Amino acid sequence: MALALIAFSVGRYPVSPAQLWALCWAKLTGVPSALPTAMETVVFRVRGPRVLAAIAIGATLAAAGSAYQGLFRNPLVSPDILGVSSGAALGAALGIYFSWGVAGIQGLAFALGLASVAAVYAVGAALRRHDPILVLVLAGIVIGTLLGSCISLIKYLADPYNQLPAITFWLLGSLASITVVDLVSILPGVLVGVIPLYLLRWRINVMTLSEEEALTLGVDTRRVRLIVITAATLMTAAVVSVSGVIGWIGLLIPHFARLLVGPDFSRLLPAAMLLGAGYLVAVDTLARTIAPLEIPLGVLTAFIGAPFFIWLLAVSRRGWQ
Amino acid sequence: MRLDVQDLAFGYARKEVGRGVSFSLAGGEVLCLLGPNGGGKTTLFKTVLRLLAPHGGRVDVDGDSVAGWSRLRLARVFGYVPQAQLGVFPFTVAEIVLMGRTAHIGPFATPSRGDRAVAEEMLAALGIGHLAPRPYTEISGGERQLTLIARALAQRPAILVMDEPTASLDFGNQVRVLAEIEQLARRGIAVMLSTHDPDHAFLCAHRVALLHHGRLARLGPPAEVITRESLREVYGVDVTVTELPRADGRVARVCVPTLGSSPPLHSGERAG
Repeated sequence: MALALIAFSVGRYPVSPAQLWALCWAKLTGVPSALPTAMETVVFRVRGPRVLAAIAIGATLAAAGSAYQGLFRNPLVSPDILGVSSGAALGAALGIYFSWGVAGIQGLAFALGLASVAAVYAVGAALRRHDPILVLVLAGIVIGTLLGSCISLIKYLADPYNQLPAITFWLLGSLASITVVDLVSILPGVLVGVIPLYLLRWRINVMTLSEEEALTLGVDTRRVRLIVITAATLMTAAVVSVSGVIGWIGLLIPHFARLLVGPDFSRLLPAAMLLGAGYLVAVDTLARTIAPLEIPLGVLTAFIGAPFFIWLLAVSRRGWQ
Repeated sequence: MRLDVQDLAFGYARKEVGRGVSFSLAGGEVLCLLGPNGGGKTTLFKTVLRLLAPHGGRVDVDGDSVAGWSRLRLARVFGYVPQAQLGVFPFTVAEIVLMGRTAHIGPFATPSRGDRAVAEEMLAALGIGHLAPRPYTEISGGERQLTLIARALAQRPAILVMDEPTASLDFGNQVRVLAEIEQLARRGIAVMLSTHDPDHAFLCAHRVALLHHGRLARLGPPAEVITRESLREVYGVDVTVTELPRADGRVARVCVPTLGSSPPLHSGERAG
């Protein structure tokens, strides 16, 4: 049975529907495909990094989402549940407000993304007497809302002709201005995040049981939780700081991956990363081709994601209970 | 392996549930915990397993206090069968049982072929090998209970703590689980279980502890602890304890409630 599952999943990754779709669409529109070759990267200097960034960002958000859904024992969780996106958004908004350079804006977004999750974790750790998961989620909601208000305040104070559109566009997410430098700058954060998640794959499986079961099976839940949150936050903050807020991938893709390969994290993580990469490449390709004016990525992921998610819920009784 | 619980006070953060509980348990012994709802059985188990911090007293294994033990070390000694839990993600029964091997594999490793063999062996021992590929979220409550027992056995514990292992099982599976408990004890495992059925204590326990209002009301061999007087005192109902000849020639003790003469509900113990 295990062998059959592995054979099924191995056969499935390379030709997953989302990727295939991405591939066909890329061919049709004369844009490099999701499967990068050195030649294509050279030929399409402008689009190459963008596609590579879409792959990296899609894979990262899907990986972080899979880890968070397991950790919080809740399939409705996305990587920004602990406020990483809100923190990064506030950082970017502040950077734009102070008219900093691109690097400054991205640096501040990254720093505040990490800081907001650290604050949420500190609140959770301070309130020891309650269910640790519940406290983390509630603290995440509270701090996320607070950060949202701060962003509103900055938008209110910002110069409406220059800064306000820049902030708004950042909040919608885009890969349009991504450069090779951006790509290189996010890779360390992504790798530092993905590696511990993959190493801890079996412990993360056990963490999806109740807290008490995980403890009695020998898992130091507090330590694993801290490592997973740190890893997932680091990688999410790294990509969000260059791409802006791109919703839905972290929520949607893990579901789809679970439907294909089951909940075992050692298969779920690679499957989700491949699907996430394929999905974001496809959506980004759509975003810059279906209309003369580029459609913000965050808007498009939601427009495609919402009906897709409903369809998933309808077909996957096994994937979510 | 020997478990010593000394003068244990236990409860939740702001509420003490019980105190003054002392008992010991040796390998090969079955201790059955009886007592009304809300009497503190589950809380006591969780405190022994260090899921809850003790309010006082100590828990020793072979004379060594478990207070400073890591989770990994605890999990290599203690197996725990909680009351049936519902899973969130559709892991297969085989995968759930395999999770019992976690304490025996490295933090970055996944289960080996040997671990899979242990899991399969335990599934077969409990007669649920056919459930292996089924999602844990789609099997019945009784099947889930058996899966959790298989998982705890895959852990290969020296001390097995079972919280009402027969609670959601049909009659046949109850008997199978009790027989399995007897087998485990024969293999030298120390078993501590709670139940609501005094007859189960007669069937499998070497000693019975009667937990009432968080204190050990009685502790001793089943025939001495489970009596008309003690059950009346703890549960507030009238029973007859009698002996019956078994098919295998041995004598079984059973409790038969005397309906109609018991005081009304809630007079003996609050419900829930």
